Amino acid sequence: MNPVASHRGDQLAIGALLENGPPSPADVDRFLSKHTIPIVEGTHCTFLYRGEADAVRLRHFIFGLPSTQPFHRIPHTDLWYQIIEIPTNSRVEYKLEVIAGGEGHWIEDPLNPLRARDPFGANSVCHGTGYEVPEWTIPDPDARSGTLEEIRIRSGAFHRDCGVTMYLPARFRKTRRYPLLVVHDGNDYLEYSGLKTVLDNLIHRLEVADLIVALTTPRERLLEYADHEAHARFICEELVPRLESRYPLIGKPRARGLMGASFGGVASLSTAVRYPDMYGRLLLQSGSFAFTDIGPHPRGPVFDPVVQFMNNYREDPTRIADKVFVSCGTYESLIYENRSIVPILQSTGMDVKYVEARDGHNWENWRDRLREGLSWLFPGPLWMIYE
Amino acid sequence: MTRVVLLGPQRLQPTMRDVVRSLRPRGRIAVITAGWQEYETEIEELDQHMGGRAVNLELYRRADRVFRQDPELAIAHRERQGRLRQIRRLYNLRLRHAIRAAQELVRREDESVLVAEEGDAAVRAVRLIDEEHLVRVSEIHAAFEAQWLPRERDAVRRERRLVEELLSGVSAFAVAGGHVAILLNRLRLFDFPEMIRNRPVIAWSAGAMVLGERVVLFHDKPPQGAGNAEALENGLAVYRDVLPFPHARRRLMLDDPIRVRCMARRFAPLLCVPLNEGDRIDLTHGSLESPAGVMSLSEAGNIEPAGAA
Repeated sequence: MNPVASHRGDQLAIGALLENGPPSPADVDRFLSKHTIPIVEGTHCTFLYRGEADAVRLRHFIFGLPSTQPFHRIPHTDLWYQIIEIPTNSRVEYKLEVIAGGEGHWIEDPLNPLRARDPFGANSVCHGTGYEVPEWTIPDPDARSGTLEEIRIRSGAFHRDCGVTMYLPARFRKTRRYPLLVVHDGNDYLEYSGLKTVLDNLIHRLEVADLIVALTTPRERLLEYADHEAHARFICEELVPRLESRYPLIGKPRARGLMGASFGGVASLSTAVRYPDMYGRLLLQSGSFAFTDIGPHPRGPVFDPVVQFMNNYREDPTRIADKVFVSCGTYESLIYENRSIVPILQSTGMDVKYVEARDGHNWENWRDRLREGLSWLFPGPLWMIYE
Repeated sequence: MTRVVLLGPQRLQPTMRDVVRSLRPRGRIAVITAGWQEYETEIEELDQHMGGRAVNLELYRRADRVFRQDPELAIAHRERQGRLRQIRRLYNLRLRHAIRAAQELVRREDESVLVAEEGDAAVRAVRLIDEEHLVRVSEIHAAFEAQWLPRERDAVRRERRLVEELLSGVSAFAVAGGHVAILLNRLRLFDFPEMIRNRPVIAWSAGAMVLGERVVLFHDKPPQGAGNAEALENGLAVYRDVLPFPHARRRLMLDDPIRVRCMARRFAPLLCVPLNEGDRIDLTHGSLESPAGVMSLSEAGNIEPAGAA
């Protein structure tokens, strides 16, 4: 891409730097200190790297663009850049691949302090024009804090004790009755999506009802979450009944929900399919809803049970809840699968809300959709309460 | 009418202590926290601000007891609430389209006299929908009162007598916020306006809302839906002239002149008054004798001192 100007003819910052020939090290110092890296100008995003290397590449997680984008070295300097177009409101996670001495290393962008953590480490983050971290994801000192407590459930389905983290809303009272939300990958949601802060804030703002949330964690995730009979039995015949005897829960389908992302979305959907009268609310984020219309699938053997489950469900979809919230990032490889499941869910008479965002398959995308999903599935008394 | 002091929300920035000091009540202060529902009895902090003079009337708990002792009334009450919910859904359906039209036309009313006239008509249409809804709701309440005579029923009279005993040394009332419909129902069941007898009333949040002439629910930026303010029902009319909007900074888009303008015109002649933390409005004899210093939503689309236009 032309480094000097955007499509509209505006000069980009990197173009201005190069205008008078190769910049001196002092010019580069000044340039880097003056700008937030990557430099976002309209829909143009300039990624930068400074250092000696044989090559530098942008490794982003945008499905639809080549995943590797080579940087250009500015002659006579150690400054590298790459410009890509990012639509407004995008949020992009990425790494840099720095190749030196024949070896490549994936690193977080040393010039960009923004990070998103996940179970595999962390990525650098680029906020496109218009994207803002939702303020309800940031701890609010005015919000009363819910509590977390650890419990253990003896599981006959898994032949082991399963640890579950329970979220109890602020001002929890045993004399009240609460809805229950069971969250797959619950600890990852806490850790990487800030779920406790989100719940505290949304409940404080009355946008979401006071909820009890059971945060479950799998032992063998790819097995247990791929339409696994024992997993569904654990959730529906062991966990939920135990919770309903231990906590003041409403105990009706309209007040029970399942939630999960990626394989956790499959686990939520397949559990509800196996126990169709139990849950009234589903929150499915970037579900790994792989399927085939004909022939084998390309996603590897771990997806075999998922594809079989999805093919069966797509063939004969059944009503399994009253309301289903589905979200997916448009930069995910799963966007096609998620878009195409929506009319199938709707065809059963379920009330389905589908939301997309310009983001990838990551925990902050899932975090950013929680307000819309939770407030739709478990609306709070916002209109009636004025404290 | 009685003296009423409306306050901004008290939880994070309590101003109650100063207000109590300025009113100098000789006796105790009857506190109504029915809007807090299960948390009704947790008034320790409030009591501190009142110098340890609070008497909790516990109207939420009393109403629960009434409904347990008088199942016939409880069933009738539940049915009435169901009917009100149904009517509210239908009202919102009409309102949705009418408000969208009004906002669109008011946004464009500088274009021509013709558009301005249509804007006026569209706002009038919203007012008409509000009025028709309020009439229907009033009819439902009147039919309920006529059929079930709630205040004549033994369980209610018993609780009312107990309340009356608590009120003997009381020289002021404080009505807190919380669930606005539950609070309004409890105050109505125990006939709060009759209870007051010229003693001053301090009220905030939902408490301020239910004591006015009209109860309006509002939130311009809800996570779901268009955020159309709606008239819930007529209030207890303990005071007049003012329509309070607690937490206005958080709940209203006060920087959107179209929304502000529509709101002011829709509810006129009531003065739409934001009640934020630290705010105080004194209604001597239950009405706004002088609007001086009171900020309100104006028909010009901003927040300005009342009467400035």
